[in-house]
Amino acid sequence: MQELSLNVLDVAQNSVSAGASLIEIGVAEDTAADRLTIVIKDNGCGMTQEQVQRVIDPFYTTRTTRKVGLGVPLFKMAAEMTGGSFNIESTPNVGTTVTAVFVPSHLDCMPLGDIAATVCSLIQCNPDRDFCYTYSWNGSSFSADTRQFRQVLEGIPLNSPEVISFISEFIEENTCGVKASAANT
Amino acid sequence: MKSLAELQALRDQMKAKVGIREDDSDNIRVVVGMATCGIAAGARPVLAAFTEEVAKRNLQNVTVAQTGCIGICQYEPVVEVFEPGKEKVTYVKMTPEKAVRIVSDHLVNGKPVAEFTKSALK
Repeated sequence: MQELSLNVLDVAQNSVSAGASLIEIGVAEDTAADRLTIVIKDNGCGMTQEQVQRVIDPFYTTRTTRKVGLGVPLFKMAAEMTGGSFNIESTPNVGTTVTAVFVPSHLDCMPLGDIAATVCSLIQCNPDRDFCYTYSWNGSSFSADTRQFRQVLEGIPLNSPEVISFISEFIEENTCGVKASAANT
Repeated sequence: MKSLAELQALRDQMKAKVGIREDDSDNIRVVVGMATCGIAAGARPVLAAFTEEVAKRNLQNVTVAQTGCIGICQYEPVVEVFEPGKEKVTYVKMTPEKAVRIVSDHLVNGKPVAEFTKSALK
């Protein structure tokens, strides 16, 4: 993985597999504290305490096509090698929250990368789920929420190409907007 | 900056031109492997390239979707094309450039690109 956003795409797929109807993705940058926090929260089937312990083991997977499951271990490694931290909280039948904290100034910190492409890929492939992406930069933030988009669209599919490219631009432009407004205050 | 008002305008524009979708009998499914192996190998830009090309050419009968790991991680990014009544075609070691060619040759003109398929790997 060359970008954190690819890890996000990968780990969010676990939420899809867990049957979540709503997946919330949060990216928060705090330049003064030198921290980048990524949170992936879902309302899927959740895991028992024992499963949470095992999911960080690369040789644990629920899949049957092969014997390894690298998504979560790779994400954990990416965070911890920057001096950050990694945590999973999960409750069966309630959902799972994955939190990864990065130290952006650390040499080994991967770039966030194209997070708009990640969110759009998720929406494109899972139009039946809701995604809420929130980006915050030094306290200033915006959200791209498919529940809101759905309401506006009145039945036009979320994954029609025109809508996907709108969402992509929406995320890119608002990300710049958030940064500009935080810089001005 | 893009706003919800703009999405509303887009919706109205789309509602006006929504035609009758051709029935499902000729629907082609393009499935991109999007597990850890696929993503790490570059599946996201491949998926984006398919979506973009299909949109650009306004191919109403093509659906772009995803799947998990199909067990040939060493050949990722892997893309499978399902056409009704035909055998599945598996493309391996995909790139956005190859995707563009597959859309024009295979999806539009019905000729699978043999050199990109799994069976061409020897």
